[in-house]
Parts: sequence; C-alpha cells; structure tokens
Amino acid sequence: MSSLMEKKMHKEENNIVNDKKEMVVSLKDLNVYYGDFHAVDNVNLNLEKNKVTALIGPSGCGKSTVLRSINRMNELLPETRVTGEIVFDGVNINNPKIDAVSVRRRIGMVFQKPNPFPKSIYENISWGAKINGYNGDMDELVENSLRKAALWEEVKDKLKQSAMRLSGGQQQRLCIARTIAVEPEVILMDEPASALDPIATGRIEELIFELKKNYTIAIVTHNMHQAGRISDYTSFFLVNEDRKGHMVEYGVTDDLFLNPKDIRTEEYISGKFG
Amino acid sequence: MTETNIPWYKTKPKYHESIIQWFLFICAAVSVFVTLGIIFILGKESLLFFREVSIIEFLTSTKWQPLIEEFGVLPLLNSTLTTSFIAMAVAAPLGLFVAIYLSEYASERVRNILKPILEILAGIPTVVYGYFALTFMTPLLRLIFGQNTVDIYNTASAGLVMGILILPLVTSITEDALKAVPYSLREASYGLGATKLEASLTVVVPAAFSGIAAAFILGLSRAIGETMIVALAAGAGPNFTFNPFEAAETLTGYIVRISGGDISYNTVDYNSIFALGLLLFFITLTLNIISRKLVKRFQEVYD
Amino acid sequence: MSNFNDNIKKRYTVSNLWNIIFTFATIVAVFMLFLLLMNIINGAFGYVAIQNTIEPTEIISSGNLDELDESQLIEILESNLSKGLIRRYNFENPLIDRSKTEIMSLVFERIIEPRVVKSWNLKESILGRNAIIEYTGREYPNAHLQFRSWLNPQFLIGSQASVPELAGIRTAILGSMMIILLTIAFAFPIGVGAAIYLKEYATDNKFTRFIQVNIYNLSGVPSIIYGLLGLAVFVRGMEPFTSGAMFGYGDPSTANGRTILAAGMTLALLILPIIIINAQEALRAVPQTMRHAGYGIGATKWQTIWSHVLPHSMDRIMTGTILAVSRAIGETAPIVVIGASTFISVDPSNIFSKFTTLPIQIYQWTSRPQPEFRNVAAAAILVLLVMLLTMNGFAIFTRNKISKNRRSN
Repeated sequence: MSSLMEKKMHKEENNIVNDKKEMVVSLKDLNVYYGDFHAVDNVNLNLEKNKVTALIGPSGCGKSTVLRSINRMNELLPETRVTGEIVFDGVNINNPKIDAVSVRRRIGMVFQKPNPFPKSIYENISWGAKINGYNGDMDELVENSLRKAALWEEVKDKLKQSAMRLSGGQQQRLCIARTIAVEPEVILMDEPASALDPIATGRIEELIFELKKNYTIAIVTHNMHQAGRISDYTSFFLVNEDRKGHMVEYGVTDDLFLNPKDIRTEEYISGKFG
Repeated sequence: MTETNIPWYKTKPKYHESIIQWFLFICAAVSVFVTLGIIFILGKESLLFFREVSIIEFLTSTKWQPLIEEFGVLPLLNSTLTTSFIAMAVAAPLGLFVAIYLSEYASERVRNILKPILEILAGIPTVVYGYFALTFMTPLLRLIFGQNTVDIYNTASAGLVMGILILPLVTSITEDALKAVPYSLREASYGLGATKLEASLTVVVPAAFSGIAAAFILGLSRAIGETMIVALAAGAGPNFTFNPFEAAETLTGYIVRISGGDISYNTVDYNSIFALGLLLFFITLTLNIISRKLVKRFQEVYD
Repeated sequence: MSNFNDNIKKRYTVSNLWNIIFTFATIVAVFMLFLLLMNIINGAFGYVAIQNTIEPTEIISSGNLDELDESQLIEILESNLSKGLIRRYNFENPLIDRSKTEIMSLVFERIIEPRVVKSWNLKESILGRNAIIEYTGREYPNAHLQFRSWLNPQFLIGSQASVPELAGIRTAILGSMMIILLTIAFAFPIGVGAAIYLKEYATDNKFTRFIQVNIYNLSGVPSIIYGLLGLAVFVRGMEPFTSGAMFGYGDPSTANGRTILAAGMTLALLILPIIIINAQEALRAVPQTMRHAGYGIGATKWQTIWSHVLPHSMDRIMTGTILAVSRAIGETAPIVVIGASTFISVDPSNIFSKFTTLPIQIYQWTSRPQPEFRNVAAAAILVLLVMLLTMNGFAIFTRNKISKNRRSN
C-alpha cells in the first residue's frame, strides 16, 4: 500500500474535512435508542457532495436506522431517541428546535417498497412541490423531474393516469422523480431496488449514477455488489455482542473492497456471512 | 377361536353426522327465509294497497290524508330525508374529524377513553335519544330561535339528535378506512417535507375516500330507518314542508303511530303501512349495497 | 431555495388550527354523552308539590284517620267509590277481612288521593329553590313541597297507573325479561348453528356466498321492518299459535296474537344476523391446528366442533350474544308495531299474555302531555340504562373470565 493511499485513508478515518472535498452531511457520535434498547452505537460518517455513500452490512445492524436519522424520520416512531450531531449546512439538525419538516424537504428519501400516492402521475410529483410552496411553472417542474428520473418518455402521454398502474420499477422511478421535484440537496435511499427485478434494478443503478451529478446520495443496500458498482464511499455495519449496531469500517469503496482493514469486513465481502 | 368380521376402520356413520349437518343447514337457511318473508309480506300487502291507490299518486302526490283517501308519500318521504340530512350534517363532519383525531393524532391513553365513550353512545337505546330530543334539544332550539319560530315538535330537533345517534357508526367505519391506508403513504408524505396535517388531509383522507363514502352512506341509511327519535320529537301528522322547525311526520314515525293504534287487518290503512315499509326497505337496502360495494373496492386497493 | 416560498410558518398555523378543530369535534362527542346523562338525571329527581284531592280534615276534623275504626273507614270507602271498584276489591280480598292498616292505605290512596300538581327538575330544584317555594305558596297554597326521587322502590315494584306519582314498572320489567328469554332461546341456537354451518361445513360456492350476503343485508334492515314482518306473520298469520288458542290458552274471544311469544320471535329474527356474524368471527379466530388436532385423533367433524372448536370460541360468542341481547332489550319500534299493550295492570303470566316492555313505557310516558310523566320516563330510563350497563359489564366480565380459564388450561 502506497503511503499516499495510507495518508488518504488516515484522513478519512479521522473525519477531517479536506477543503478539496465538501461534506454536505456529517454524523458525529450518532447513537440511536429505541426506548431502553441501544440500537446504534457511535457512528461517525460523512456524505461528500455529489458522491454516493453506501451503507452495507447484514440485516438488522442499524443501517436503515442511521439513514433515517439523517432526515429525522426516526422521531416519528414512538420512544425513539437520537443523540449526537447531524451537521447539515453548518447546523446541527439533530435538535428539537430545528423544524424537521423543513429539513425533510432538503434531505429527501426514497423507500424500499415503492410507495406512490394513489393519485395521478402528475399529482404525485406536484403534490410535494405544492405544499412546500413552489412558485414556478408546475408543468415544467413535473417534466424536468420525470426526465431526471428517466421516466418522462414512458409516461409523458399518460400524466393523468393513476400512478398505481405503473410497474414496480416505474413506480420507484416515479418516487425518485417526486423526491427530486422538491429540489433537495441530499437524497437518502433505503434499499431502493430490493423490491425490484434485475432489469429494473439495473435502471435504478444507472439513474443513481446520473443523479449524483446534482445530488448527494446515501444508499443503504443489502447487495454489496451493488455498493461496489455504484458507490464512491462505503461504510460497513455490524451488530456486536450486545446487539448494538455500529460502523466497523468506512472508506473509499474500491479501497474497502480490495483492501479491507478490518477482518470482519473482509469476511463479509468474501461472503463468509451475511 | 371365533373371530367376528369387524373391520378395524369405521364405516361412515350413516345418520348421526348427516342429521346434524342438515339441522345446521336449516339454521343457516332460516336467514334466507327471513329475507323471503320480508319481501313476501311487504310485497303482498303493498299489492293490496296498490289495488286501491295508484302508484303514481303514491309517489308524486304531496298530500297524505287517509281520511279523504289521499295517499301521496312525498310529505313523509320529505320529512324522512330532512331529518336524515340534518343528521348527516352533524354526523359526517364530526365523525370524520373524530376519526382523523383517533387514527392520526390521539395517544394510546386518549383512545382508551374515547373509544369506550363512543361505544356507550352507540349502545344507548334510541328511545332514550328520543326523550333527549324532546326534553332537551327542542327547548334549546326554542330558546335560541324563539318559541314562535320553533314548534314543540320539529324535524330539526330530531335530526340533530339523530346525528349524535349515528356518530359512533360513522366514526368507527371512517376510522377503519383511515387505518387501512398503509403507513408507507404517510411515510412518503413526511419524507417530502409535509406536516402531519398535510399528510392526513391531502394524502390519507383522499386515499381512504371510498371507505369514508361507505361510512357516510351507511350512516344515512341508518338515519333513514330510525324510528323512535322521530316518533317522539318530529311530530305526528304528515306535513310537506322544507322548514325544519315545523312538525312533520316521517315514514317510520307514521308506521309506528298507525300500527300502535287501533288497526283492523283488511283496511287500506293497514296495507298502507306495508307499502311504506316496502319503500323504506328498498331505500335502505340500496344504500347498504352501495356502501358495501364501496368497502369492497376500497379493500381491494389496499391488499 | 428560491423556487419555494418560505411558507413554513403559515403551514404550522393552519396545522394548529385544524388540530383545534379535531380536538373540538372530539370534545363535542364526549360532551354529548355527558349532556344526555345529565338530562336524564335532571328529570328523575326534583321537587314536587303534592296536594290532596280531598283533605283528611274533610273526613275527620282532626285529620287523623287512625281515630276511626275499620267499619267507619269501610263506610267511607263504600260511599265514595264506585260499586264496581268496591266489588273488585272485595273479590281480590274482602274488605272486612283486611287489616286496619290496609284499609287506611286504601282510603289514603283512593279518597285522599295525594296528587302531584307540579314538578321541577333537579337543576331547578337546586338553583331555584326559593323561587319554587314562593311559587308553590302562591299557586298551590294547600300543597306541600317534597323532594322526590322518581326512581324509588315503589316505582320498581309497582304496576302501571294512570297518574304519574303512582306509576310503576314491574309489569314492564317482567314483560321485557320474558321476551328476552324467548329471544335468546330462539336466536342463540339458530344463530350459532347457522354460523357453524357456514364456517365449518359449507363449501365456498355461489349459494353459500348468497347466504352470507343475505345475512349482511339483513343486519342493515331497519328494526321497524322486522316489526312489520312480525305483525303480519306472527301476530296475524300465526294467530292460533302465538295467541295460545291452539294450546288451549287464552280466552278465544279476546285473545289475539299480540303476545310475548310473538314479540320474542320477532326480536329473535332481528338479532339473528348479528349473532350469526359475531359467531362466525369467533369461529374464524379458532386456529386450524385445533381442528386438525381433533381430526387427527379420529374424531368426526361434529365431535371436533363440539368438544374443541366451540368451547374455544364460546367466550367470544357469549360476549357477542350478550351485546346483541342488550340491543334487543332497548328495541322499541318493532314492539310497538307488534302491539304492546298501551295500558295493562296485570303482570304477564305466560308467553301467551299481553305485555308491555320497559322501552315501551318510556316511549309512552314521554309522549304523554302531563309534564310529570317525563319525570317518570326519566326514572324508567335510568333503570333501563342500569340494566344495560350490568349486562354489558357482565359480558366483558365473563369473556375475561373464560379467556383466563382457557389460558390457564
């Protein structure tokens, strides 16, 4: 391993913000508790601007929990407590004084199972924009969002149709379009392709590759090959003996996959478990 | 050693199980007989009625005065619809709001108080509501609007109290409909930066629309078939009016008044209550069927 | 960002406004129950002004009846009451044989006849006591004021009367009880039997689904239609049966089908769909493994049902049945159509008797013009509500008890 690489990884390990790289979201000592249960233990993670950061690991080790903390979706569940800092736009947003509703417009989310509204395709996209007070041309916004989600060509003639009639893959792209429509800076994706067939999955992956030009993306995925394909950074999560989820390792994707520093990472990647 | 040739397996017992099955089948068939009975009775007596009175007159005349042989159902029907719509005007918004509160906002503690209260309201006999209408609601209306405007018997009082009567029904079905909307839709809304209210009113409620419509239609049907509140508070005497502060007897109120008095079996009066019953049966049956179809359609979307 | 208005404050204002509306609606609903109960209690207690029709001083100058002996008292009775009434009293129990206390109470009841000339409700009695005293002094100088609970033991065990202060609900309660027992006797076996058939035996074909739909429709039919059905079929069509004439009961000239039997059968039909639907739900909750266990040891279908499935679901079936029955107790419209008697003073003796029920009494008393009958109605409502509360409480109690037993087995 060259000393340059060593230095790079060393820096990343210590979460030093290099002025060449802009960190849009920084998690510092993030802990999540469900009631008395300590679900996630001390996570330190950064999302670099216009890059894809993947969170991988076997199921149940807190990846989704960490993701949902970023846009404060966790607080919708009863008896959930999140401690630590979530720094976004220079502000620690993990603070009850900060309005979660305004955060969620700027940090969007795409869910595992496509969940379009039972409304028309057009309304699915315009709904979010409208309640957030969009004052521009709605038709234009809808078209742009659908284009960016690689769905426009397929639905441009049937915008008034119900979104429920689209296929699974199309619905998920619609959900992405609807998230884009409110012009977020960050898009969180919670296993976005796990409910889709391989072809649809491939299209989503292509889409993510395109999207990162304009958005910062964090993606939770079960499929480490997917992570290897599309992400720039990867973080590996595990549960330890007391059932607490924690981050084992975090680094540039290629480095993590080719030269994992932790033996557990290596075992997971080589398929020994998970 | 002699061995009798008894097979180790039992042959199917010939009579025991079959008799029981047949008995149980007859129990189930009783329900069919009840429906047939209702249709037959209502139909037979109505036919007798319509031999004396033309259907056209029945359905279009605005005068119901048996003594001078006028049998137009419109006064009674109009009063029924007036009280029912007033009832829905109370129960629909209240029911919807309480249901939204219960399903989207209320904590476990509040629900544990609220739901039993609604059940108690639902379990109070209608005659008690009638008493309430006559002894509380009517004096209240007369106090507010003046004794010259509001008669002692009026449809408004009955309608308002009927609204309270059907409130638990509307609330319960609406709440079921709202609960059936999957949480993932609410999540999607919150993820886009919506407040709880925006998610509830602009996503969840529209998504539950056919279930809510079913609740309203069922409530309306119940209100139309309701008897004791109107018998006590709405008035005794057909009156074709659109003024809810006047006394006007409803379909059900008339049936109960006439059959509660002296009535001889082979008269037009006797037959007339069955003709009215037939009309009532049709209306409520149609509404109930529509309501159930809506519920089914709603369930299909969210399975 | 620039394309989005900063509307977050406005959105939260709207949010809070709707929160208030939702909470307000809920409060209104709760408040209605409170109003209802308060209104009833208000009517069942209060001051009454009682005036004697004939003052005791008109009979004897001292006003003390005890100073007269039996024969004098009987003479007073005979000279003031109609011959028919005297004859009736003598028929029930000769006046000469009665004790002095009995005769004195007859004089009190029939001659002196204390009557309520005016009543006030609880609110007025508490808040406007002075006004009431002043009013009574003015308008009814011969009357005395008394705080009366219209719900009193006399009310519970007395029979009907034409004046509110003497009215009692014994006849009505007996009528209600007898009808309900009949209703249960008819509806429970048939209802549970139908549910067992539909859940355990019937195959899912068009006919079965038709029966199912039919039952749902029946549960939504207004109760008054069941009354019409009962009138035409049970009261009129089956008159020899329901009047008891077929069995030798009842005076053929006055007997008709408006009997407890007819009422019981009608109400049974009314609650039958509810019992079936409820029993079906209960049976559905029994896990399939239980049935398989039964078949697995060689039991027949019925044996499995009888010894495994039914006991397992019985708690829920019972709860649902009790709830259905409490609904039947409160039913008025179908009973009116069937023809409850407007005024009977004789307790029902058998299922072929004429009858009245508690809700019927409430209905009739509420409809009477004299305001004091409203007080009586309020007292009757309290009795009815207590009955229903007890039944429902009992239902929940037995359900919990049976569940506990089941779990501990």
